[in-house]
Amino acid sequence: MGEHHSTYVPKTGIERWVDARLPIVRLMHDSAVSYPVPRNLNYFWTFGGILMLMLVSQIITGIVLVMHYTPHVDHAFQSVEHIMRDVNYGWLMRYAHANGASMFFIAVYIHIFRGLYYGSYKAPRELLWILGVVIFLLMMATAFMGYVLPWGQMSFWGATVITNLFSAIPVVGESIVTWLWGGYSVDNPTLNRFFSLHYLMPFMILGVVVLHVWALHHVGQNNPSGVEVKNYAKDTVPFTPYATVKDLFAMVCFLMVFAWFVFFHPNFLGHADNYIPADPLKTPAHIVPEWYFLPFYGILRAVPDKLGGVLAMFASIALLAFLPWLDTSKVKSGAYRPAFKIFFWVFALVCVLLGYAGSQPTDKAVLTLGGRVVLDMVGFGQILTIYYFAHFLVILPLLGLFEKPLQLPASIADSVLASTGHGHPAGAHASPEK
Amino acid sequence: MTIVSRFLAAAIVAGSSVALAAPALAAGGGEKPPRQSWSFYGPFGTFDKAQLQRGFKVYREVCAACHGLEKVSFRNLSEPGGPSFTEGQVKMLAAEYKVMDGPNEQGEMFERPARPSDRFPKPFPNAEAAKAANNGAVPPDFSVIAKARSYERGFPTYVLDILTQYQQQGPDYITALLIGYEEPPAGVKVEDGLHYNRYFPGNKIAMANPLVAVFDDAGKPQDPNFYPDGTPLTRLQVAKDVTAFLMWAAEPKMEERKRTGVKVMFWLILLAGLLFMLKKRIWSRLDDMPAKAH
Repeated sequence: MGEHHSTYVPKTGIERWVDARLPIVRLMHDSAVSYPVPRNLNYFWTFGGILMLMLVSQIITGIVLVMHYTPHVDHAFQSVEHIMRDVNYGWLMRYAHANGASMFFIAVYIHIFRGLYYGSYKAPRELLWILGVVIFLLMMATAFMGYVLPWGQMSFWGATVITNLFSAIPVVGESIVTWLWGGYSVDNPTLNRFFSLHYLMPFMILGVVVLHVWALHHVGQNNPSGVEVKNYAKDTVPFTPYATVKDLFAMVCFLMVFAWFVFFHPNFLGHADNYIPADPLKTPAHIVPEWYFLPFYGILRAVPDKLGGVLAMFASIALLAFLPWLDTSKVKSGAYRPAFKIFFWVFALVCVLLGYAGSQPTDKAVLTLGGRVVLDMVGFGQILTIYYFAHFLVILPLLGLFEKPLQLPASIADSVLASTGHGHPAGAHASPEK
Repeated sequence: MTIVSRFLAAAIVAGSSVALAAPALAAGGGEKPPRQSWSFYGPFGTFDKAQLQRGFKVYREVCAACHGLEKVSFRNLSEPGGPSFTEGQVKMLAAEYKVMDGPNEQGEMFERPARPSDRFPKPFPNAEAAKAANNGAVPPDFSVIAKARSYERGFPTYVLDILTQYQQQGPDYITALLIGYEEPPAGVKVEDGLHYNRYFPGNKIAMANPLVAVFDDAGKPQDPNFYPDGTPLTRLQVAKDVTAFLMWAAEPKMEERKRTGVKVMFWLILLAGLLFMLKKRIWSRLDDMPAKAH
């Protein structure tokens, strides 16, 4: 909504003086107060704000943790326990940071799937979407490196397995791995550089988030109807107070889930093995990535060839960036695409099952017929992986050509009218029409 | 392929045989530990001080010869949310231990009695000494052991645990291990230096039954007054007491954490309620003027 004109009126002399020299108050007013948002947004649209909250929370708790943490192989594990035992509210900082990473990913997955369902990646939001994919990649790198810092068994062996993936690259692979490690195995130099990068990357994320929000405020938000804003007065409401209060309510609800884990179940999302100090001579029986990496780990393991597995894993994420052009449908919102709706939920299920496959032993039986294993976890993962890629490369391109979408509402206001029978947006309190 | 990369390939294969939330212990053999009741279960659960004190006695007289507690300080024993010994008791207790200090003004290291601010001294000066004394196995440190042991919960129990608050895999396993020593079943050969245990992954554990220090072969207490507070002296009781102590050692701020959590939840629910009403009120402005939202 770039054409949306500024409604900021400086009231005092100081405000006018500042506004003439650096219109920062105007910028804030225009983007957080008068910025028009579609009036039919549902609660899935609050996750952008929730993600912002989580990023800030991670940065603040992280900065405090760094004040007490020692990035050295001989001291890292001990210093984390020092934080847990001797630092005032250290346990809170550490548990909030560790669980915060998981909450961040829960929120980002909801945010991504919301975009997938409502076609938020389509014109004119392609760059907005691609910036989101970049943020997701940076998040994954940041989370992976952060998990290494406590220097427990899973830290060490997770780092070993994942960095070693790069050795699959032909010719230069081994040299790249040595370069990443800063030596011939995961050791102190590796821990030091991971610590350095783990501190750097959140600020890179913040930078890309600024671009992401800029792009968002330029093109305006998508909405559940997928119809663009036609009449500002009828189709939108000002960000403040409407979106502000709704986002705040959603954030507090999200914080309750967060608090449940931090205070009452702080180690549920972690691994017991990471309370064993790293031992390069002792491989754990099971090396498992954090839950938010499991679907991608499932894809990695599904491909029998090492290089192929690595390529498939990275391709599964990179593919998202091409989504705006792979989905050929003119209709944005899944709500008006009957066939797409089914495929969307199948795809969501496939992603969850991929995570399950990634978490299980490869030789575990999935399907047995007459005592014979017909399908094991590898085969299951392969079927799911093929479906994952087919969803983007076959189903979405063809669906747009053959699917008959439902009749779209003429405008956002009309869709609100149709869905409630009243003139008010979904989600607002219904009262009889006068 | 270099040795390193072959080693890593093996690691990846090992990593490929993965089980969710089954760290260290899922490898075949080793029964699922039975669930015990714990005073520290749930959002309002707290440690039983008398149990922690009994558990500390067991740790000190049975486990401490081989297993360190190097992240715990003597002063922790008198801090709130723990066994709550008095400061005087802790001072006397610490003085029974010797720690290395220095260098002094002559540049020499010297031994002195421990103070409450000191950490528990290690039972062995280094891993090699520990190995030499224990048939080649290093007895693990006990500071966080109650959080470092687990067993596979399986689906969907694993997910339901979020609601039921079950997170005592570690304590349940440790208790089971301590009472899990028995004669090997027919046909199972246990090598020299190993012992058969029902709950240990693979069933063959290097540690000999530690509770023989408390109970003789017939299961009779060596010292009927082992528990001066009159608690019935059974294997399960002793195992549970030392386990509870280890849980506290691993999570000394648990009571503070849960107490804070209850307050945080209360305020969040209140705030959510207020915001919900505010949201309804603000959005109701749109009810009667669909066309004039701006």
